[in-house]
Amino acid sequence: MRRYTPKDNVQKKAKYTDRFYVAPSVPREEIEEGSFFESVVNKLKDSGVELLDTYVELGQLVMKIKPEDNVKALTELKENSCFKQCSELSAVDYLAQDGEFEVFYQLLNLDKALRARVITRIKENQAIETVENIYKMANFAEREMFDMFGIYVNNHSYLKRILMPDDWVGHPLLKTYPLQGDEHAAWYEVDKIFGKEYRDVIGPELRDPARIDRYDTQRFARVGHEVPFGADPSTIDETEVKIEDRYSKTFATDYTTGSKELENRR
Amino acid sequence: MQQPNKLKPFFENLNFERQDNTMVINFGPQHPSAHGQLRLVLELQGEQVVKAYPDIGYLHRGVEKMGENMIYNEFLPTTDRLDYIASTSNNYAFALAVERLLGIEDKVPRRAKVIRTMLLEINRIISHLFFLATHALDVGAMSIFLYAFREREFAMDLMEDYCGARLTHAAVRIGGVPLDLPAGWIESLSNFLNKLPEQIKLYEDLLTENRIWKMRLEDVGVVEPDDALSWGCTGPMLRGSGIAYDVRKEEPYELYSELDFDIPVSDRKDSYGRYRLYMEEMKESVKILRQLISMYPKTECKLMAHAPEYISAPKEEIMTQNYALMQHFVLVTQGMRPPKGTVYAPTESPKGELGFYIVSEGEPYAYRMKVRAPSFFHTGLLQDLLVGTYIADVVTIIGSTNIVFGEVDR
Repeated sequence: MRRYTPKDNVQKKAKYTDRFYVAPSVPREEIEEGSFFESVVNKLKDSGVELLDTYVELGQLVMKIKPEDNVKALTELKENSCFKQCSELSAVDYLAQDGEFEVFYQLLNLDKALRARVITRIKENQAIETVENIYKMANFAEREMFDMFGIYVNNHSYLKRILMPDDWVGHPLLKTYPLQGDEHAAWYEVDKIFGKEYRDVIGPELRDPARIDRYDTQRFARVGHEVPFGADPSTIDETEVKIEDRYSKTFATDYTTGSKELENRR
Repeated sequence: MQQPNKLKPFFENLNFERQDNTMVINFGPQHPSAHGQLRLVLELQGEQVVKAYPDIGYLHRGVEKMGENMIYNEFLPTTDRLDYIASTSNNYAFALAVERLLGIEDKVPRRAKVIRTMLLEINRIISHLFFLATHALDVGAMSIFLYAFREREFAMDLMEDYCGARLTHAAVRIGGVPLDLPAGWIESLSNFLNKLPEQIKLYEDLLTENRIWKMRLEDVGVVEPDDALSWGCTGPMLRGSGIAYDVRKEEPYELYSELDFDIPVSDRKDSYGRYRLYMEEMKESVKILRQLISMYPKTECKLMAHAPEYISAPKEEIMTQNYALMQHFVLVTQGMRPPKGTVYAPTESPKGELGFYIVSEGEPYAYRMKVRAPSFFHTGLLQDLLVGTYIADVVTIIGSTNIVFGEVDR
């Protein structure tokens, strides 16, 4: 029977996991009373943003909000809690498990040198509002998120692929994206510039670097033979000029049956 | 109107004759001062830039995707290819993120910390010298290029003596460093440190008060502090706008909390201020390295953290003890399994804040690996910064942002 591979996550997985292995978790701490993080959370609650979860993970505050609230929450955090910079913004693909993406906004308060993360979950095919008007870095970061995950960002000034070519098919960081390039990817440039018919002229890709094609008259001349450049391969046996291969010949001496040379040396 | 055919495909709205008398030109991706693979579409009114559109992705290799499909130790050499001018800072940023996730940041031996901090600062000097050389070359000062590259060679020789590579170092491991410093390395480092300040003075004598240099750089590429924050600028781009934020000082990692150094800040906001900043930072790096040299002899000879669940034992143990060998075998064939959780670890790379955002699901492969590269956001800033400048200043501004495309495209 063929081995089952899940179609919703084609990424590499551990070859072997112990049956009884339970992965430990990074501790999620409660927010300390009277800390700066508590005031941040309180201010956010007062402004009417619903917080689904709050905890401190590895010294950084994590707040889970609803996707509709992202602009409101980030505006509030920037204006009143002094998170002046958004370091990073992107998504994590949880489509296989929950059918959702997790979008995260990694924020920095420069005065207190503290970092917070706002996370939100959106469904597949659900768009999210842009935060470009709050943090201009979102202009590039949201374009990258769209390019890599296919998440649409509403009201973005220029939502277009950024790293991949405009006419690329698929979004590379999805867990369903194949690790090996498919036929479309392999012939991308050829199809675009010369058209599909030209695939036959080029032929399949050869990945063996040591391969020498005897009838190749354009790329590699064969050692010891000369063929006019670009000669018709069918006429190769008639046209080739045989040259004595002086440089590649190895001169073997048979040492077992006592050669004269050896005796002389002794 | 373009007439696309198979050999001349349609290129997005590149009309050279337009109604409003503006001209659209393509800067790069093969322009010598486009710092690698930057394609910049500029709309010009006369010589003034009306609109700038940085087009990136020509060096996209899917490093994040690779990070999700390699075990952690396997991925470390790949991080060299991000900011290839200062490879060790990438290796280190990745190693730090994984160490925080594993909770072994404090277990890294002190000697490893000294060596890592030394390597990071040497990489900063290498990167800043490279910046100075290429920036000066772009602006037209050819001789600085030759002088700066000479000193950069000496710094790269130090890296080569340590790890055997000049460009892609992979000189840091998760949990420590692979090797101790070779014999005589400290002497060569102190020779280099004695030489470098003289050379920095030479560059400054040549450039700082140079009339042409000042005319080309002063008040060119002015970034207001609010814009710098909003566009996600970090490192010299942020400090050049008068905001004193350095991850080494504010959120110290390695030995930076024990070291005595200053954070140069410029309130000029322009390219000239940033150039001065780079020069000062090199001097600070020299200061840091001198302190590290005196720290080194006081450390015990231990290079990797002791965390048998995640990190292989030292080679002597692997060769003598059965259990250490078994663990090593499992760690090499299957890879370490960090706990479930999310980590974002920022570091101050020569270009700015380099951070790895790792989501772990308890598997030997990261579930999500996001590289927060400083140059990516500095490239985004260009579309705002270039508007209104003259075409001759475009090169200065690109040079002054110090973007490296391995990092932008990843």
